[in-house]
Amino acid sequence: MSDTDRLPVAPHIDEVEASVERARAARAAQARVTAVLAPIVVLIVVLALWQAGTQLFAVPAFLLPPPSAIAASMAKNAGLLAGGAWVTTLEILLGFLLSIAVGIPLALMIFLWPPFSRAVLPLLISSQAMPKVAVAPLFLVWFGFGILPKVLIAFLIAFFPVVINTAVGLAAIEPEKIHLARSMGLGAFQTFFKIRLPDALPAIFAGLKISITLAVVGAVVGEFVGGDAGLGYLLMVANGSMDTQLLFAGIVCLTILGVGFYALVALAERLAVPRHIIARDRTPGGTL
Amino acid sequence: MTFASRDTVRPYLDVQGIAKVFASRDGMVRALDQVSLAGERGAFISIVGPSGCGKSTLMMIAAGLMRPSSGRVTVDGVIVTAPRTEIGIVFQSPVLLEWRTALGNVMLQAEAKRLDRAAAERRARDLLAAVGLAGFEHKYPHELSGGMRQRVSICRALIHDPPQLLMDEPFGALDALTRDQLVLDLQRICQERRMGVLFITHSVAEAVFLSDQVIVMTPRPGRIDRVIDIDLPRPRTLAMRETPEFARYSREILDLFLARGVLREH
Repeated sequence: MSDTDRLPVAPHIDEVEASVERARAARAAQARVTAVLAPIVVLIVVLALWQAGTQLFAVPAFLLPPPSAIAASMAKNAGLLAGGAWVTTLEILLGFLLSIAVGIPLALMIFLWPPFSRAVLPLLISSQAMPKVAVAPLFLVWFGFGILPKVLIAFLIAFFPVVINTAVGLAAIEPEKIHLARSMGLGAFQTFFKIRLPDALPAIFAGLKISITLAVVGAVVGEFVGGDAGLGYLLMVANGSMDTQLLFAGIVCLTILGVGFYALVALAERLAVPRHIIARDRTPGGTL
Repeated sequence: MTFASRDTVRPYLDVQGIAKVFASRDGMVRALDQVSLAGERGAFISIVGPSGCGKSTLMMIAAGLMRPSSGRVTVDGVIVTAPRTEIGIVFQSPVLLEWRTALGNVMLQAEAKRLDRAAAERRARDLLAAVGLAGFEHKYPHELSGGMRQRVSICRALIHDPPQLLMDEPFGALDALTRDQLVLDLQRICQERRMGVLFITHSVAEAVFLSDQVIVMTPRPGRIDRVIDIDLPRPRTLAMRETPEFARYSREILDLFLARGVLREH
């Protein structure tokens, strides 16, 4: 009778391996499904509660419109929102590109030229204590009402993490890598492009990801202060006419823009930086 | 003819009266003082000493990566003033580029030296195979074990057929079994290529096993305490570590450490 407690024959290691592999594959597949499904389910539940809550308690639409009303407003004002989104997209993109175009050369100079770093870095850091929103009216005076002041405000808010992360990333290399390069006879140019820059890429992209989200904030702030177009301007108009549905519709559009831009930068990171270094360091860099 | 014969035995690596003082935040640190050593071409020289005795500083100076505060280093009679690019260098950590494969990391040296690419790649594959990494050429560092990574870094140091290898505690971070294997591999590589090594270690057994000459250093400031010629036949085998001759050499070094207070028997 006690024989039933024992395994009759030990399975071959190949079979054991196959079963472990099957279990792993099943777990991985399940993890992939839940990674996609779980947030969607949560979103649906939140929207359903929101919808039910506003109807159940008869919340006035000008205070908190139900999701269905927001969706209806989005459909009704699709042209308006698309036009606004296009202007805001342009401002975000130009502000972000300007942040890169100015931030990375500035970081290079800070890194390569210590006297410049000592002169500029303290000023740069203390400039971040200034609320950049406060200079928006000034930019309006200087640059008028067009797209330019919005781009500049987006740039002003967004470029700092690019500078700091790039400069810190370039300096943070293990000293042995540089010793190695010198003993191999790599020149300064090759050392930079073959070793130092690839080593700094994860830090640089961490900065870019912060920067792109700040560029969205900057563009909207610019439109708040002196806009005649864009989603930020649309928010002000909707606010003025107590059109809370449209206000929410604008916020939804801005959120989609922000997430979309972030995803694009993350995609660029995946293409530029091999996966194993992204995994190496998740240095939370920059400031928010 | 003493004059001529003296000239012909001019050492390959000649470290002459090196001193190194670092200016640190808490004052001056005397790392090395009056360090002189001479190595023939192809000699395996180990430097043993306690932590902080300036062994690594000495290697950096011998590699031309750091200037001595006083004294000089010559190689083949030429004073070293810039990094020595002809040597191979191996650090305690493998210092691999994470975004390059094993083969790509070995090829970095070939790219720096502008060697013929196809020929260098063939050599790189041969070298990797010779240290047991055949089939791992296209693996990234994070896919390799610590011992495998250090083997890749040794291959990178060898691809340009250097006359001398400089190694700074290369096996310090590895487990005992991997160390034994790499020590045996290193001995074979050195014999096949008649390559000299300047080997920094704090393992007495490793130093005696591998070396023609062991240089024992004092605690800070690092001075040369004694130079011990190791007169054991080659190739050396693991069993030799149990012989009385081997034990005598180890004992001599340990006695020096005991005398200097580096080790204490209670």
